[in-house]
Amino acid sequence: MSEAQAQMSEDDADLAAAAGGASIRTAVVTTGGDYSSPYPDQVLENVLENVLIFLTSRRDRNAVSLVCKSWYRAEALTRSEIYIGNCYSVSPRRAAERFRRVRSVVLKGKPRFADFSLMPPDWGAHFAPWVIEMAEAYRGLEKLYLKRMNVTDDDLAVMARSFGNFRELVLVCCEGFGTAGLAVVASKCRQLRVFDLIEAEVSDDDEVDWLSCFPESGTCLESLIFDCVEFPINFDALENLVARSRSLKKLRVNRFVNLEQLHRLMILAPQLTDLGTGSFSPQDHPIDQEPDLVSAFTACRSLVSLSGFRETVPDYLPAVYPVCANITSLNFSYANITADELKPVIRNCHKLQIFWVLDSVRDEGLQAVAATCKDLRELRVFPIDATEDNVGPVSDVGLQAISEGCKKLESILYFCQQMTNAAVISMSNNCPDLVVFRLCIIGRYRPDHSTGEPMDEGFGAIVKNCKKLTRLAVSGLLTDKAFSYIGQYGKLVRTLSFAFAGDSDLGLKYVLEGCSKLEKLEIRDCPFGDSALRSGLHHYHNMRFLWMSTCRVTRQGCREIAQQIPRVIVEVFRWNQILEEGEKSDLVDTLYLYRSLEGPRADAPKFVNIL
Amino acid sequence: MESINIQEEGLNLKATELRLGLPGRDETEKETIFSFKNNKRAAPKSTEDNESEANSDAKHGDHEAAPAAKAQIVGWPPIRSYRKNNFPPKKAEAEFGIYVKVSMDGAPYLRKIDLKVYNGYADLLRALESMFKLSIGYYSEREGYKGSEYAPTYEDKDGDWMLVGDVPWDMFMSSCKRLRIMKGSEARGLGCGV
Repeated sequence: MSEAQAQMSEDDADLAAAAGGASIRTAVVTTGGDYSSPYPDQVLENVLENVLIFLTSRRDRNAVSLVCKSWYRAEALTRSEIYIGNCYSVSPRRAAERFRRVRSVVLKGKPRFADFSLMPPDWGAHFAPWVIEMAEAYRGLEKLYLKRMNVTDDDLAVMARSFGNFRELVLVCCEGFGTAGLAVVASKCRQLRVFDLIEAEVSDDDEVDWLSCFPESGTCLESLIFDCVEFPINFDALENLVARSRSLKKLRVNRFVNLEQLHRLMILAPQLTDLGTGSFSPQDHPIDQEPDLVSAFTACRSLVSLSGFRETVPDYLPAVYPVCANITSLNFSYANITADELKPVIRNCHKLQIFWVLDSVRDEGLQAVAATCKDLRELRVFPIDATEDNVGPVSDVGLQAISEGCKKLESILYFCQQMTNAAVISMSNNCPDLVVFRLCIIGRYRPDHSTGEPMDEGFGAIVKNCKKLTRLAVSGLLTDKAFSYIGQYGKLVRTLSFAFAGDSDLGLKYVLEGCSKLEKLEIRDCPFGDSALRSGLHHYHNMRFLWMSTCRVTRQGCREIAQQIPRVIVEVFRWNQILEEGEKSDLVDTLYLYRSLEGPRADAPKFVNIL
Repeated sequence: MESINIQEEGLNLKATELRLGLPGRDETEKETIFSFKNNKRAAPKSTEDNESEANSDAKHGDHEAAPAAKAQIVGWPPIRSYRKNNFPPKKAEAEFGIYVKVSMDGAPYLRKIDLKVYNGYADLLRALESMFKLSIGYYSEREGYKGSEYAPTYEDKDGDWMLVGDVPWDMFMSSCKRLRIMKGSEARGLGCGV
C-alpha cells in the first residue's frame, strides 16, 4: 500500500472510532483497476483490529506489534492503555504519534532509590511535558496513573480542563503539587470515579479546602484515598461528600480524622469495601459518649480491606472483630501494637491474603499470623526502629513460622536485625509460589547469627527453589558466591536490589551474564567496578535501568559504556559528596543508566552529567 | 605425633573459636574491612538518631562513613522517607519537633523552623535575624520592637495575630501556629501600645 493510502485508511479508522463503533473500512479503489475490491491486507487489518481490542496484556501487544508493519499499525490503533515505565525512555510526542486512541496512561518517573533520599530532589521526572502533549493528543483520556513523578498544580489544572471524560487519577509517590491542584481536579472533573493519593507528598501552602470543591449535586466517586495527606482537612466537607457519593466503595482518610468522626463516616457509607481508618484514636476531649464502633463495623458487610490505624489506641481494636472473618487485606503497618494486642484480631482473619505489620508484634505475633492465615499471599514486616542493632523484635524465628504456616506466600518484605540461612532455606522449600522475596537485615554485613556464615546459602536456596521468582532484594553478609547462585538460577528474575554486598567485580558479572530476563538492577555500596560494568554491555538495551551508587565505577568506565551502546543514556551525578583530602575523584558517586529512544534529556539539572 | 603438635601450635585457635557471644564484635571487624568502601562519604561526626533523620533537612546532607555499627547511613535501611517522616506512633508531638512556618513580608517563599530547638525568645529572634538577614532588635514590654523596621508576630490557636514576646516562652511554644515577620507601618502600629 502506498503511504498516502495508508494515511487515509488510518484517518478513516480514527473517524470510525470517534463514532463509537469498531472501524469499518470502505473498499479502496485502485487508480488503474476495473474492480473495486479491498486489498487483502486491508481486510486482514480490519479483522485484526477487531480481535486486538480484546488483547489487554501489554507484553502480548508488544509481541503482536513486531509481526509486521500491518500488525504494528493495527496494534497501535487499538491499544487503549499505554505503560511507560521510565518517562525518559520515550518522548511524549513519539508516544502520542504511535498510539492515537489512548484512554489510559501509566507513567513512572524516578527510580525507586529516590524514595530513600539517594537522589537529589530536583533531578527531573516532570509531568508537565506529558500533560501538554496529552492535552492535544488524547482528548478522550480517562485514566492517569503516575508514580514518582513531579506534578505541579498547573499540570493538574491543564489535566482537569483538557479531558472531558476524565475518570481516574492515581498519584503514587508523587510530589510538587498542593491543595490548589487537588481543588481544580475535584471541581472540574465531574466524571471522576477514582481520586487516589498514595504516599504522595502534598503541600498545604495554599490551604485550599479541596474537599469542598467536589460537585454539589452528587459525585460518581468510587474511590477516595488521601491517607498520606499530612495536614488537617475540613471534616464537615468530607462528611458531606461521603453522604452525596452513593457509589463510594473505597475510602481511606488521613490521620486527622479521629474515631468519632470515623464513626460518622461509616454510618453514612456501610457499602464500603475498603476502609482506611485515619488515626483510630479518640479526640482529645471526648464530649459525647463513646461511639458504637462495633455496630458500625458490623454494618459494613462488604468490607474486605482495612488500613489506617495511624495513632491506634489499642483499646479500640476489638471494634474491628465483626469484619475480621471477611477481610482479605489488613494494613497495620502504622499501628504500634504488641503481640497480645494483635492476636485477638488476627485469629479471626482466616481469609487474609495481604498483611502489612510493624515489628512491634514480635516473632510471637508472626507466629499467630502463621497459625491462622493459611491463605496469606503477601506479607510486609516494617521496623519501628530503623537503627542498626544487635537484636530486634523479629528474627529468623518469625520467618520460619511464616514459612511453615503460610505456604501460599507469593510476596514478602521482611525487615529484621538478624537472620539465619536455615530460616531462609526453609522458606524456599515451603513456599514454592514465591514471586517476590525481599529480606532486609538492617545490620549491614551481618552473617547468619547462629553459624557465623555468610547468607549466601539462604539466598541461593531462594533462587534455586522458587521457580517463579521475579524480584529479589538481598542483605546481610554476602560473598560473590551468592551472586553466582543468582546468576545461575535466577533465570526469570526481572528486578534485583543489592546493598552492601559482594567481594569483587565477579559478583556483578555473574548476575549480568546469568540473569537474561533482568530489567531493573539497583545497587548501592558494593565493590563493583568498571570491569563488572562492561560485562553487561550485551544486555543494557534490554533493561529499563541500572542504578549504581557508591560503588567502584569510574567516570572513564561510564564513558566507555555510553560510547559503546547506542540508545542508552548514561547519567552520572554527584550529590552531597564530601571528598576526602587528596582523593582523586574519578570514582563516580551515582550512575543511572537507562535505555531511551530519545537523546539526552533537555531538563537535566546542572549536577547531572550525561555522558 | 610431634608434627601434629607443631601444627596445633601454628593454628590460630582464636580465629576458629566458636563463641556464643552476640555477633557485635565480629561485625565491627568486618565493618573495618569493608568501611573503606564508604570512606568517600567522610562526614562530620554526627550523633543524629532516627528522629532527626526524619527531618526533611536531612536530605541536604548528612551521611557518613560507618566505622560504628550504629551510625546512620543515608537511605538505609530502605524505608521510604514518607514512612520514616510520618510515623509518630501516638500523640507524639511532645517527642518530635514543633514545626511552624515563618513568612516574611516581601520574601518570595516561606521557611520552616522547629521551635523546640530554641532556648527562648532571644535565641529564636537571633535565628530569625540570621535566616532572613534583617535586624529585629530587642523586645520591650511597653514598646515592642521599636527601633526596628520589623516586628515578629505569630498566629495563635484562636487565629489571632499576636506580637512575639508577650507571653511566657512555654505558652508561646504550645500556642504558636505560625510566624510572620511584619514590615513597615504595620509593624510600627503594633509597637505603639494601642
